[in-house]
Amino acid sequence: MALIELRDVRKVYDMGAERVHALAGVDLDLERGEYVAIMGPSGSGKSTLMNLLGCLDTPSAGSYHLNGVAVESLNDVELAAIRNREIGFVFQTFNLLARTSALENVELPLVYAGVHRRERREKASRALARVGLADRARHQPSELSGGQRQRVAIARALVNSPSILLADEPTGNLDSATSEEIMGLFDDLHGQGNTVILVTHEAEIAVHALRRVLLRDGRVVSDERPAARDGA
Amino acid sequence: MVVAENFRIAFKALRANKMRSVLTTLGIIIGVAAVIAVVSLVQGLQYVITKELQGVGATYVMVLPAQDDNRGPGIVARQVRLTWDDGRAILDQVPGIRLMTPLIGGRATVKYRDRQHDPDFVFGVNQNWPEVSNYTVDRGRFFSRLDLAERRKVAVIGPDIVDELLLGPDPVGRPIYVGNLPVTVIGVMEKRGVSLGTDIDNLVFVPFDTALALFGRSAADQVQLRLQTDSAEVVEQVKDEITRVLRVRHRIAEGQPDDFEVVLQDEILKTVGSILGSVTAVVGGVVGIALLVGGIGIMNIMLVSVTERTREIGVRKAVGARRQDVLVQFLIEAVTLSLVGGGLGVGLGFALGAGVAKALPGDWPAAHVPLWAVLLALGFSVLVGVFFGIYPAGKASRLDPIEALRYE
Repeated sequence: MALIELRDVRKVYDMGAERVHALAGVDLDLERGEYVAIMGPSGSGKSTLMNLLGCLDTPSAGSYHLNGVAVESLNDVELAAIRNREIGFVFQTFNLLARTSALENVELPLVYAGVHRRERREKASRALARVGLADRARHQPSELSGGQRQRVAIARALVNSPSILLADEPTGNLDSATSEEIMGLFDDLHGQGNTVILVTHEAEIAVHALRRVLLRDGRVVSDERPAARDGA
Repeated sequence: MVVAENFRIAFKALRANKMRSVLTTLGIIIGVAAVIAVVSLVQGLQYVITKELQGVGATYVMVLPAQDDNRGPGIVARQVRLTWDDGRAILDQVPGIRLMTPLIGGRATVKYRDRQHDPDFVFGVNQNWPEVSNYTVDRGRFFSRLDLAERRKVAVIGPDIVDELLLGPDPVGRPIYVGNLPVTVIGVMEKRGVSLGTDIDNLVFVPFDTALALFGRSAADQVQLRLQTDSAEVVEQVKDEITRVLRVRHRIAEGQPDDFEVVLQDEILKTVGSILGSVTAVVGGVVGIALLVGGIGIMNIMLVSVTERTREIGVRKAVGARRQDVLVQFLIEAVTLSLVGGGLGVGLGFALGAGVAKALPGDWPAAHVPLWAVLLALGFSVLVGVFFGIYPAGKASRLDPIEALRYE
């Protein structure tokens, strides 16, 4: 069974007089351990798809199975639990809590998972070490560079060992050198067996993925697995 | 999510906006401070009054001429009278009375050599006064039956008078003037301080007949009686008997009101209690308004906080916070805010009460705030926090995570 199974997923927004079909029937299967880039110009529906995959939203029609669970039938509380356990979000703007240390930011998902304080500390420290920021645990986001912030955010996404790392334009706010570092980190995480989904419109970022899904007007227009890139 | 975690988050948010937090809770601070200050003062007052009245005991009875407030002016008012003859008749006819003294009071200047001074009151009483009213003579002695019978020109004075007239370390035996009357000081009362608005140390006592001579005939109609009954059990009975005797003597027809008042100690306590009760109620109303205003302030600042932290809410929801987690977080923040205000208010109120108690004359007890008042004030703070925090917290919890994450 696939990790992710989308069947004829549709999302319709009611914008007053107009009905906007953000997703007009998407079928997609993702296996565990895949490294996928979801691409498309703005308005193609990739943000909507990301929100659905991240269980922030539910489809208007169609079915979405994540790890065998029918997400479309879940209520708010169950969706929150799925996000907590199965999804690790990485955002373009990092979205770290201000005036909160890197360690505490990384702990956040564990807080909502009900993990005990000491275990939380340990797991969060380990996650920070994995992204190479063990020595920055006490720093606040304002004391970190953009690349370091994104590393903290990635540590936060990893800390609860989710099924999917879901990154939305993760390098959109970084310079190209730092972008390469961050993408290298994603490559490593994929190499360690994590499922990584990148949502991006940048081809240089998408080349890191082993599979590229192109959206246009709410439909999948291409789904290709180019030959493995160098070293992967 | 653990409640302790939420308190930590709440304190962090409050510390980030210290000034704003304090200003927001000002209403709560003032309200709670008012409660605590008033409670501490009322408790102090009650303590002073109770102590004062317990000094004279439950067997203490006062008989006063009625206040002629519901009678016409002029001639009719003059008919309210209570005399020492009434007192003697009561002693003859009413069983259960241990001791009685008449009391008339007036003002007169006292003089010694070239010094003069106006005491608060000059009282005319008999030899029973110290025992009836629980007063002690410090030096010398009080009047005896003989002093009264022989109409000796003597006086017992309060310690303040000794100082004012420069009577020296040995005032007993000094000749002074009370008004135009030359008298000899035979005793000095024990120092007691101010009680219930009267400076007890600034009084002069002269024998009852001497006082009549001093204040003239009209004073003889306005005598008060102070007495001690044999026991507390007979107090009510004594009161009824006095009423019966006086109504007969004053020829009051059936159905007419008494032209005198018989006041028992527990009635005074009750009256004081009801006055203090209404003071407390009025202050309670003011405090209610302060807390309401404080609560609205908290609601306002929480709404601001929710808007400011929309993205934080989005992030929390994205990583797994449920609605109730967000609701509880902001509710606890509101409660923390109001509780901090309540705590500051308790401190401020305590200081205020202590300050006022210190500034008041007389031996006020150190400000004492009972635990129930503190708990009540803090409890109300929590209640205000919950009540006015529930709307902003609900608003935060219902935010759509997608919208919240996109919020700039």
